[in-house]
Amino acid sequence: MIINSIKIDDTFAEAFNMRATRVIITAQNLKWAYHAANAMTGFATSVIGCGVEAGIEGALDITQTPDGRPGVSVLLFAMSSKVLMQQLETRMGQCVLTCPTAAAFAGLENGDRINLGKNLRFFGDGFQTSKLIDGKRYWRVPVMDGEFLCEETTGMVRAIGGGNFLILATSQPLALSAAEVAIEAMRDIPNVIMPFPGGVVRSGSKVGSKYKTMFASTNDAFCPTLKGVSKTEISPEIESVMEIVIDGLSFDDIAKAMRVGIAAICKLGTRSGVKQISAGNYGGKLGPHHFKLHEIMQATNV
Amino acid sequence: MKSLNLRLTKKLAYALNCAILTPENLAGKAITDIASLLINYGRTQLRVDEIFEISGTPLADATKTINFKDATDKLNYLGAHMASGCITVEGNVGAYLGFNLNGGIIRCQGNTQAFAACNMLKGLLIIDGNTGEFLGGATAGLRKGMRGGMVIVKGSAGDRAGDQMRRGMILIEGNAGDYCGSRMIAGTIGVLGNVGSYAGFNMKHGTLLLVNKPNLQPTMQDCGLHSLPFLNLMYKNIAQFDTKFSSLHSQRVHRWVGDAACNGNGEILLISA
Repeated sequence: MIINSIKIDDTFAEAFNMRATRVIITAQNLKWAYHAANAMTGFATSVIGCGVEAGIEGALDITQTPDGRPGVSVLLFAMSSKVLMQQLETRMGQCVLTCPTAAAFAGLENGDRINLGKNLRFFGDGFQTSKLIDGKRYWRVPVMDGEFLCEETTGMVRAIGGGNFLILATSQPLALSAAEVAIEAMRDIPNVIMPFPGGVVRSGSKVGSKYKTMFASTNDAFCPTLKGVSKTEISPEIESVMEIVIDGLSFDDIAKAMRVGIAAICKLGTRSGVKQISAGNYGGKLGPHHFKLHEIMQATNV
Repeated sequence: MKSLNLRLTKKLAYALNCAILTPENLAGKAITDIASLLINYGRTQLRVDEIFEISGTPLADATKTINFKDATDKLNYLGAHMASGCITVEGNVGAYLGFNLNGGIIRCQGNTQAFAACNMLKGLLIIDGNTGEFLGGATAGLRKGMRGGMVIVKGSAGDRAGDQMRRGMILIEGNAGDYCGSRMIAGTIGVLGNVGSYAGFNMKHGTLLLVNKPNLQPTMQDCGLHSLPFLNLMYKNIAQFDTKFSSLHSQRVHRWVGDAACNGNGEILLISA
């Protein structure tokens, strides 16, 4: 398949089942909501080393938040519910509770209920109070700037992580520039995050390594500097490859984000320096969800 | 609107226990069946049709409405244990309106006697007139009063409103008597008018949201002026009801905490413009 002179490989991205939750963080203004959200989603690029993959889904205006203040929606993904619950509580305690004027609310009404402020309340040392408003319990924890307000629980749902596509370009600046265009377009899609720095990964990995202690190592088939020595997947004119990884609440959410991102790159045409779009998979043996690039790009509902 | 109408025709000398006249109990019953039901009147029992003129449409299910017309303060336990449907009252009612109310809506267009919303669990109780003592209180012997739901009083409430209240919200648009929120365990009481003496007496937790400053006990400790974000959540919830409280928007409050006499962590919030 070729779209606007860019080749779309006949391959698929392989993704995995995950557990996800959403938290709405509000604050006195958007700046402080972002401070809390950025802290909460820091060091959360990959479950391989961070335990959780997290990112900012988008900003919310005062009509979209429970307390009528500006806010930010955050999504967190983990491989198990236990890890997700641990990570959520830790990050809430260290990043949101500590952030001036920040408050936190459930972002998912469905799914299993997991603790948001249920245990954080004990920081109040007996001075905390709860309010049951419209069937939801909120905790008011006295802190030095006033009160930290936090909903008791949020929802946890089944989700998918690891949707991806690769951008193969003739130079590193052009590959990154195309990736930025894709990320910009994908940020408008709800229910997904691109958890890596700026949404882009330069160190895509393969499963396994020559070293016994490593269970993931560099994806040498897509490393341009190894074209002559490895079983390469890239053509001679490709000098740089960037990957965009997508976690989403459903298959359709990820497929839509991939479609929008790839379409944004293809729209740039030959001037982008992008020659090819591919995807990362493990032969289809590990992840139950396969995002076939051709099927995704042929779908009409972009 | 298709509803069942019960017009009080008998001049009552004693209290009438109306507990069985709820949508659940009358659902699916024909007019003749309803007419033959026995209700406690003083030390005797009377048929419903000896007391009420029955008209309107029989209730097909428990979500329908019963209208009480020409009601008086001898009608006790109206809407007791009700879990669904709607009761409207034209006139006054006696004590224990909405006793153990567990859902549905009760609207009294007149005044009520004491113990309205006693032991209430869920639902909505609206009193257009005034109400007596122990609004949202507990039955004698119980240690917890109202445990959920919403009570809106358009007029004033007597003494001990919200006594031992455990959860839920009481909004009083008029005045409240002495000992408002006494022995309160949790929940919220709002008063737009004046509050009598000893507000929050022995309160453990919960919130008294006031517009006018009461004479506070020395055991309510002044914690100063604050902006509390949770009030926005509360105002948003209140906005769905037809009440003057919907006009409140200020997060700025003066906060007192107490009652220190019982090591309480309840609060009196005085809304500041």
